[in-house]
Amino acid sequence: MKENKNDSPPKWAARLLSWYCKPELLEDLQGDLNEYFDRNVKKKGARRARWIYVADVFKFFRLYTIRKLEFINLLIQWIMLGSYIKTSSRSLVRNKLFSTINIFGLAISMTVGLILISMLSDIYSYDKFNENYSNVYRVTSRYQYLDRQDDDWYATTSLKAGKAIQESFTGYESVSIIRRGFDGDVKYDEKTVPLTGLYTDPNFFKVFTFPMIEGNPETALKNPFTAVLTEMTARKLFGDKKALGETVILNNDKEYTITGVVKDIPEFSHMHFEILASLTTREITEKESKSELAWDNVWNWWVYVLMPERPDLNGFKENLDKLSATEDPSVKNTHIEMKLQPLSEIMTGENLSNQIGRTMGSTVIWIFLSLTLVVLLSAVFNYTNLSIARALKRSKEVGIRKVIGAAKGNVLGQFVTEAVIVALLSLVSAVFLFIFLKPYFLTLNPDLQELLKLNITPTLTLYFILFAVFIGIVAGIFPALYFSKINAVQVLKGLSQVRFAGRLTTRKVLIVFQYCISLMLITGTLIMYKQYHHFLDYDLGYNTKDILNIRLQGNNPERLMKELNELPEVKAISQSGIVMSTGTYWGENMKNPNDPSDSAGVRMNRIDENYLQLHDFHLLAGRTFNFKPKDAVENEVIVNEQILKRFNIADRIPSKAIGQVVMVDRKPMTIIGVIKDFQYGRANNKSGDEVAMRYIDDKPDNLNVKFSTNDFPAFNEKIKKIWKRMDDIHQYNAELYEDQIKKGFQGLDASMKVAGFIAFLAIVIASLGMLGMVVFTTETRIKEVSIRKVLGASEGKLLYLLGKGFFLLLAIAALIALPVTYLFFEMVMLPMIANRAPIAINEMTLGVLAVLLIALIMIAIQTLKIARTNPASVLKNE
Amino acid sequence: MKGTNIGEFEELVLLTIATLVSDAYSVAICDDLESRTGRAVKLGVVHSVLNRLEEKGLAKSKLGEATNTRGGKRKRYYTVTNAGKAALLNAKELRDQYWNIMPELSLKRI
Repeated sequence: MKENKNDSPPKWAARLLSWYCKPELLEDLQGDLNEYFDRNVKKKGARRARWIYVADVFKFFRLYTIRKLEFINLLIQWIMLGSYIKTSSRSLVRNKLFSTINIFGLAISMTVGLILISMLSDIYSYDKFNENYSNVYRVTSRYQYLDRQDDDWYATTSLKAGKAIQESFTGYESVSIIRRGFDGDVKYDEKTVPLTGLYTDPNFFKVFTFPMIEGNPETALKNPFTAVLTEMTARKLFGDKKALGETVILNNDKEYTITGVVKDIPEFSHMHFEILASLTTREITEKESKSELAWDNVWNWWVYVLMPERPDLNGFKENLDKLSATEDPSVKNTHIEMKLQPLSEIMTGENLSNQIGRTMGSTVIWIFLSLTLVVLLSAVFNYTNLSIARALKRSKEVGIRKVIGAAKGNVLGQFVTEAVIVALLSLVSAVFLFIFLKPYFLTLNPDLQELLKLNITPTLTLYFILFAVFIGIVAGIFPALYFSKINAVQVLKGLSQVRFAGRLTTRKVLIVFQYCISLMLITGTLIMYKQYHHFLDYDLGYNTKDILNIRLQGNNPERLMKELNELPEVKAISQSGIVMSTGTYWGENMKNPNDPSDSAGVRMNRIDENYLQLHDFHLLAGRTFNFKPKDAVENEVIVNEQILKRFNIADRIPSKAIGQVVMVDRKPMTIIGVIKDFQYGRANNKSGDEVAMRYIDDKPDNLNVKFSTNDFPAFNEKIKKIWKRMDDIHQYNAELYEDQIKKGFQGLDASMKVAGFIAFLAIVIASLGMLGMVVFTTETRIKEVSIRKVLGASEGKLLYLLGKGFFLLLAIAALIALPVTYLFFEMVMLPMIANRAPIAINEMTLGVLAVLLIALIMIAIQTLKIARTNPASVLKNE
Repeated sequence: MKGTNIGEFEELVLLTIATLVSDAYSVAICDDLESRTGRAVKLGVVHSVLNRLEEKGLAKSKLGEATNTRGGKRKRYYTVTNAGKAALLNAKELRDQYWNIMPELSLKRI
């Protein structure tokens, strides 16, 4: 078998030769090459012989061997282009309905395509401003405790690993370590500006391209308590004054010297900061911290490596594995795995946790890409369908063209040109739609707004045009092939209907396919909508209604509480660390009183004495906190049932657990209350978290205000005024608890809206296609209908006769689409979500009914129109 | 007439066609030339020359019988036409003339 294959010259080369070679020279040339090939096989072996054969085929590509016909053909196509455009536009104008359906359908589907193209173009231009774009890698890590393998990779790594790479690794040019959390109020003179920023080292400016306007990048972040500002921050703090050498105060605490100002960060950068502080600062401020250099603290540092021009990535990965092997024993039962991620994949690659900034992630891109493809395909099907359906009218034209002397290629060219013209016309409307829809698309999700700009650039315009031409060719190629094969004699004799009928099955399949897709999308959207509402109305185990959460942003709660309590609308106020069930998590270590070696991380929140009552928590036993002065020793904790279960405290009986002592954060604390289990994370996260409630520390983050008012905006305005009087640095930041929960489901909300929109488009396109087919079918059967009518058929009967084919198609589509959607959600999508709502039959049928109803109305109107025409006016021409 | 002037390689090819008589097809011509001149002769070059000779009317060709060799493809056999014969004779005559009038000493002195 293998011998045989090697003993003959490569097929593709032979085919290439016969494609370009003049037929009169071909046979001799083929023979010569074969003869040489056989000789070479004997002399030099099969491999070389095949090579020489291929080379010879290319060498024979000469002026005298190529078919001259091609050039003439091209020339003819070129000359005929004007004629194609003229006839195409005539036919477009003549068939107004079909043209409108095609252009409109293509336009709306192309709008989605344009959004996708501009989205991809934005995403792929991320971080390109870096001179070392292709040589920068990020060290990502995976955390494993015992055999509980976390499948998530984190964008972060431990400081220990970063330092080890810096000190003992080879094969890199530079390593920069970045730490999050240089945030706070930065004060200069009388001015205070809240800033967010990062800690990093001087290598930062070697790895990334952030050009410095003032200061020396080599030394700027070398010393402790030095900071670098962006141009905009410098202007905010110092106005037109020079920033270099000035000192600022962070959070009324430490002084920092400004040692540099960098140009503002480009919009398309995966990381954003307003200020950078030297990493060496932390060596002083965190001297006492044990966790700072812990091997398993992989949550806070990012390590970026600048590689040389030809990096040895495998060697580097091996070194990382070796590092893990030596360091793993320092933390019990823990394994940390690390790998490198190229800078180019940060925006588009897998979805990592702990990103330094917002990212898109490949999942979103893939989903959007597939949805776009579906809608585009649907519109292209319409074009193909309707063009072939009109074959009866156009085939005479083709026949005459062929008789006059058009070759297959000419007819092909004509119909492809026509499709491209339609696509280009659609592009014009699509661009307008795109500009109109852009703001709506971007506001779907705050992430999108931050990530994308979707500005139309010259390059993008070029992409758009290429896209339109491509769509035109794809849409036009099948009708063109169909028409080019038409037999001129048969057509002119009027025999084309025979072949025409055979094509019907393909078109039926296409219609069923379109409706399947539409039905799947609409039912999918409805199922998602149901889930969304289910989560918003989910019983969290406490009350969130009429509660306004105000972020204190470092302010003293007492003063604000005092002023708020004077408002008549305010019913009660409490303080808390985080707002629960919105996706924020705090953790704490807790030790089992029964077994000191058994400790576990539990979820935690800090609350004051009013919190439980204000939120209607269900206290199973014991009491809530009492008011405590600020300097009192913390020795009380409130836990939920899960904690009793986890540590097996007091045989899990709440009333007996009161008075037991547990170690929380290495401090002994008495359990004073047990609350019923509730939802700590978002409603779609798993239930049953172990939660401990501690008393608030001196700086709670949130005020929870329970109110009762009919005019919430006015109430909110009142609080805003109070806030302004107290704090003119920070923006007033307060939200209704229920809005915050809603915000936690923004992702679901956005994807639901996108899917809904695409479903809508798919339905519109499918309906347009259906309309076209119905119009066509009824018009071609108008004589039959008239004769039937004359013979006494009723309108109802005619409706049934004309429509039954379509009803059947719709039924098939529904029968395929519904089980597929159901199984997809039941088996694939929903098992990934905790606390989901079951899929109900009504949401499945509702969508189907809506789509089918539209289709039925369309069919009915069109067929009735035909059925009601006066048969005399149709038949008198015969 | 342009067609009667032939280049050196064209002349060689034409001569080879004449000597090979009934077996003058591209590969054989190529091999023969190679063995006689001792230089590497590319099939592509021979092909284009044969094509040119035929265009000029100095040679004509016809396809032979299909055989099992060459992947079943027929060979194209070339024969010299009258015009080709005239061109060859013309070239030979021209040369002979030079040889005849050349003084014997002129080459010996080199």
